Amino acid sequence: MSPRGGGDRSMVPEAEFRSYYGRPIVRPPVWTHDIASYLFTGGLAAGSALLAAGGQATGDATLRRVGRTVTLGALGASTYFLIIDLGRPERFHHMLRVAKPTSPMSMGTWILASFGGVAAVAGAAEFAPLLPSRLLRRVLPPAGDAAGYGAAVLAPALATYTAVLFADTAVPSWNAVHPELPFMFAGSALASGAGVGLIAAPGKPARRMAVLGAAMELAAGHRVEHGHGLLSEPYRQGRPGKLLQAARLLTAAGAAGAVLGRRSRAVSALSGLALLAGSALTRFGVFEAGVVSAKDPKYTVVPQRERLAAKTEVTGQP
Amino acid sequence: MGSNSLYGPIDPATDAGYVDPPPRMGFFTDTSVCIGCKACEVACKEWNLVPDDGFNLLGHSYDNTGGLSANSWRHVAFVEQPFAGDALAEAAGTGTQFLGMPLSDLPGKATPGPRGDFRWLMMSNVCKHCTHAGCLDVCPTGALFRTEFGTVVVQQDICNGCGYCVSGCPYGVIDRREGDGRAWKCTLCYDRIGDGLTPACAKACPTESIQFGELDELRERAARRVEDLHEQGVAEARLYGHEEDNGVGGDGAFFLLLDEPEVYGLPPDPVVATRDLPRMWKRAGLAALAMAASAVVAFAGRRG
Ligand code: SF4
Ligand code: SF4
Repeated sequence: MSPRGGGDRSMVPEAEFRSYYGRPIVRPPVWTHDIASYLFTGGLAAGSALLAAGGQATGDATLRRVGRTVTLGALGASTYFLIIDLGRPERFHHMLRVAKPTSPMSMGTWILASFGGVAAVAGAAEFAPLLPSRLLRRVLPPAGDAAGYGAAVLAPALATYTAVLFADTAVPSWNAVHPELPFMFAGSALASGAGVGLIAAPGKPARRMAVLGAAMELAAGHRVEHGHGLLSEPYRQGRPGKLLQAARLLTAAGAAGAVLGRRSRAVSALSGLALLAGSALTRFGVFEAGVVSAKDPKYTVVPQRERLAAKTEVTGQP
Repeated sequence: MGSNSLYGPIDPATDAGYVDPPPRMGFFTDTSVCIGCKACEVACKEWNLVPDDGFNLLGHSYDNTGGLSANSWRHVAFVEQPFAGDALAEAAGTGTQFLGMPLSDLPGKATPGPRGDFRWLMMSNVCKHCTHAGCLDVCPTGALFRTEFGTVVVQQDICNGCGYCVSGCPYGVIDRREGDGRAWKCTLCYDRIGDGLTPACAKACPTESIQFGELDELRERAARRVEDLHEQGVAEARLYGHEEDNGVGGDGAFFLLLDEPEVYGLPPDPVVATRDLPRMWKRAGLAALAMAASAVVAFAGRRG
């Protein structure tokens, strides 16, 4: 009913607005940090699948093997996080009743399922020599190669649909950043994949991927954090602000270390770790910023009031 | 899907594929006659077997419900406001009438003219049964569906509690129930209206603040009511959610308010997020291409 002061100091004057006892208008997401973890593991699966395919194409067996194995692990983790965050985990397969273009979660489920299918074959191929069956030992490697490219084709979709998942909501700060969020997530996924490469088999491709991914993530992140007026504020303040600041530092340091420390295995590995940590923190920061924007009615009322005022200016009537 | 089906005015039942559906049904909630008795909250709980929402003292005037949730499908908001004059009481013509609500004067004190320097705002909130319902658009299981009456209902045997609808609703209505794990909200008494009955809340409302009927007819009635109130000097009366060209293509449940929507906890200009979905997918597609290109560049010039 009366304007409420925010907790954080800011350069922008506190926006005037009215509300019902300061209660939220849109409902804060019921999702937990499992979803933030999923964003990270899904991105990691995508980044590693690209790394593996690159290794496959260039005959780098280490990159291929590590990439495929990490993809498989990240895929398992992703599936786990997605399912335990459901209110009724035993009904997760209800997602597969429909394919619904208006639901990014439905589209994402199908993307993840198809990616999972091929990535699992590619991953299994790495273990072919250990298998008792002669037939499997013969068939799996070529099948794995085809599947590895299939996973690489689907990987960018897996890494970016999650941005649409967040943006297609009434959560003010997620919705507002829809033009840049997919680039932020794509960059973050590349950086995490590069991180795996830098740890396991540092080389030119992993370094280039680190730099390209970090650049994409940081550039898009800058627009997210500064380009949307009041709705960018949650990305800069409080806990999400701190998480994203740490993410930026780690990502930048990781990319720099990848290039400057190219002669040192240890520096490369540390850079890889920094990129992985940066990617994870990016996801947690974005997740939490959205939650903050939904909890405070300011982020719903003020931008909508501004929109109404702009409309009135154009049409000359309320 | 029709070309309009993400945004703009449409008939939701026809758009959802019903052939020759019955008229679209809805609520018109006229807050100017609400007395805050909460009969709607109670009737809804009883008919729909909705569990309690906790027994808390919120310190929000007479509102201890707080808001709509999985366990509150009608919510009566109470606002005590400083206000010069009481045009509404004057508009009633006959002076003070006892409506069962707390008076701001001493009992029996009958003074002519303005009754006090503050007013009550009371409003029974409910799911808007949007023409373009964010909750329904994003539901990945098909649990949320459009009924032949143009309303939006959750099928409880399908919902897996993914929680996407909760973030998809621009009004903060639908919610996941603690302990149950599924999403719940107003069904506009689908089980009653199919049998030609009035929804429980509207039936129980003693002042006809909640009116149920064919949406077209309710819209006309509401327009007349605002005009009347304006003529009687209640300049602050306004409709909320009635226009077909608003951000959700028109609300199946709309309101007559006496102050700005946000004062009642309603968003001033809600827009269904799926309006921008094609643009969002385009951006994601570009980002995906950029990602693939980066990987190619990273490995370029290296042959095994
Ligand atoms: S108000 Fe919310 S819950 Fe109700 S139909 Fe609209 S989007 Fe769905
Ligand atoms: S929680 Fe249930 S109703 Fe809501 S989007 Fe998920 S499956 Fe659909």
